[in-house]
Amino acid sequence: MAINIRALPRKEYLCRGNAACPGCPETLGLRYVGMALGDKAVLVVPAGCSSVIQGIGPKNGFAIPTLNIVFAAAAATASGLARAFQRRGVDAQVVVWAGDGGTADIGFQALSGAAERGENIIYICVDNEAYMNTGIQRSGLTPYGAWTTTSHRGKKGHKKPMPEIMVAHRIPYVATASIGYPWDFIAKLRKAAKIKGFKYIHLHAPCPVGWRFDPSLTIKIARLAVETGMWILYEYENGKLKLNPPSDRLLDPSKRKPIEEYIKLQGRFKHLTEKDIEELKKYVEQNWANIRAMLEAQEKQQLSS
Amino acid sequence: MPRMVLTGNHAVSYAVKLARVQVIAIYPITPQTAIVEKLDEMIESGEFDADIIHVESEHSALAAAYGAAVGGARVFTATSSHGLLYMYEVLWWVAASRMPMVMVVVTRAIGPPWNIHTDHHDIMSMRDSGWLLAMAENNQEALDLTLLAYRVSEDPRVYLPVAVGLDGFILSHTAEPVDVPEQSIVDRFLPERRQPYTIEPGTDVSMGNIFSDEYFEELRMDMQKSMLEALNVIREAGREYGRLTGRSYEKLVDCYKCEDADYLFIGIGSWMGDAKIAAEKLREEGLKFGVARLRWIRPFPVDELLEAASGKKLLVVMDRSISMGHTGPLYADVSGATGSRVPVYGVVAGIGGVDVSYKDFVSIGKWAVERLEEEGVTHLPLTWYHNGVFNYMYPVKL
Repeated sequence: MAINIRALPRKEYLCRGNAACPGCPETLGLRYVGMALGDKAVLVVPAGCSSVIQGIGPKNGFAIPTLNIVFAAAAATASGLARAFQRRGVDAQVVVWAGDGGTADIGFQALSGAAERGENIIYICVDNEAYMNTGIQRSGLTPYGAWTTTSHRGKKGHKKPMPEIMVAHRIPYVATASIGYPWDFIAKLRKAAKIKGFKYIHLHAPCPVGWRFDPSLTIKIARLAVETGMWILYEYENGKLKLNPPSDRLLDPSKRKPIEEYIKLQGRFKHLTEKDIEELKKYVEQNWANIRAMLEAQEKQQLSS
Repeated sequence: MPRMVLTGNHAVSYAVKLARVQVIAIYPITPQTAIVEKLDEMIESGEFDADIIHVESEHSALAAAYGAAVGGARVFTATSSHGLLYMYEVLWWVAASRMPMVMVVVTRAIGPPWNIHTDHHDIMSMRDSGWLLAMAENNQEALDLTLLAYRVSEDPRVYLPVAVGLDGFILSHTAEPVDVPEQSIVDRFLPERRQPYTIEPGTDVSMGNIFSDEYFEELRMDMQKSMLEALNVIREAGREYGRLTGRSYEKLVDCYKCEDADYLFIGIGSWMGDAKIAAEKLREEGLKFGVARLRWIRPFPVDELLEAASGKKLLVVMDRSISMGHTGPLYADVSGATGSRVPVYGVVAGIGGVDVSYKDFVSIGKWAVERLEEEGVTHLPLTWYHNGVFNYMYPVKL
């Protein structure tokens, strides 16, 4: 789905003077949500950076009607909102805007339940790979080796494979996205809005404060994550997996930039040893191997039918 | 008006249907489950037009009900014991959002060890949360209070959530004749849903982002003001309900032979029925007891309580829960309200569903009068009555 920049709404859905840090990926992401979904969107925001970015009431930096809610309850609250709108005939798109902790850790039960019930919502996990709002603590989505204030020598385990877990829920639409690829993200949001049922979009969002890089590098690092194969852009629709550009060119490892290019710009990885980097590479290869296996299985299925 | 034989749980289900609830969020827990089973059955059979969300936990049950309420729907959920505790943070969020809604709490002990029988620790844990709390004595009240709860909660002078409690098994699973009002009567009593705001496209409304501390405190002060206002709203709605059904709920304190009594039992819930029988028995023996049953715990009906307590020789506050390390919570509320006006004893009993019959109330009544008349004790904050033994469990005698 091609996105025409001239056809995007001029309206700003994120006001100036909001309380985000310089270089914040969440504000970028929210602007794209507004551009993609326009005036129909209603946000549900569990505890996290985005609770604070709204700024000090009674003013609010989001030009999208927003319901804040306790950490664990975003998907459940959104379920209720969506049911009320359906019942009252209100034309709306309920969107959860939750962080990695609010998705993979404390909010996971409510998320899984809402997915199983097939609630008509778009759930966006805006993944900055740690509890940034409370001061950079490790989460289930912090990558292997990353320093946080609760993993001083680097996290021992890998990221929880959230998009794959959501694919396993057999919901109609799962996609990965990156704030470095706005067209891709906007197209995926618009596609999701047309699908009835539970939609999950996992948005990779490099955080200058928590990852220890210069705020001017947010987009560059987001793009490097994809170009090195650390983050893979794909969508899973009606049971079919499809790689999206530029990840669709990166199945062949030789086409990818070395992951060191991504790692070296981030203070959170500066203590990594050769062995740690090998471990990360192994993990990346495993992710790609899973994708390749799924694509091959799909191809075989297609041939036999 | 049809009279049906209904368990307390089913009486609630009928009230929910009569209230024309639009969205229900449910999660099973004993002894509440029969309420939502009945509602599910009513919806599946086409008898009741509502949407039901089969959530995966109580935390989500209240959150989903809240989301639907914010989205403009009249909602319902119910729970007990651990389920209520699991909802705890959401309880506070709902109340401070000023979002009208109704929940039924079928009271049950909190483990360990596992225990499904009634006591009031679960509902009493809600006292500080900003919910209005009512407690039924019988199945008729379970139905009536649920309807009343919607009217009070959605009144613009209140705009706070309401929880209605009923004792697990004693009411929830015991069938009694219940007058079920006609739909047309309920429709006259309960107007279309009103709420302070809805969050939907086309509005600039947001809820819950950060405010200054001063503004925050003012919001809490406003909640307390609305709680006070709720006393009058409950009376007004209760009077109106009486006019329409013949059963008035104007009084927040249900007084049984208070007027000429020397001594009062004070408490909440179904065991106050036993207290009333005991009052009769004690009167036969020359001890003039009455019963002041609090139908509402929050807002705390201080004015009616003081009126009932005026000129009495002794108040015996019966708590079916305890604030460990201090006293029963009702004792603390009542003695705090009465000050030095009248002697007050606090008795804790019936924890974990231990049966307390009218005979126990007779023993407690006699024991209390003896302490007062023979020993001249004016305040006994905590005596734990268990297996017929009075265990004094407070550091000092007053």
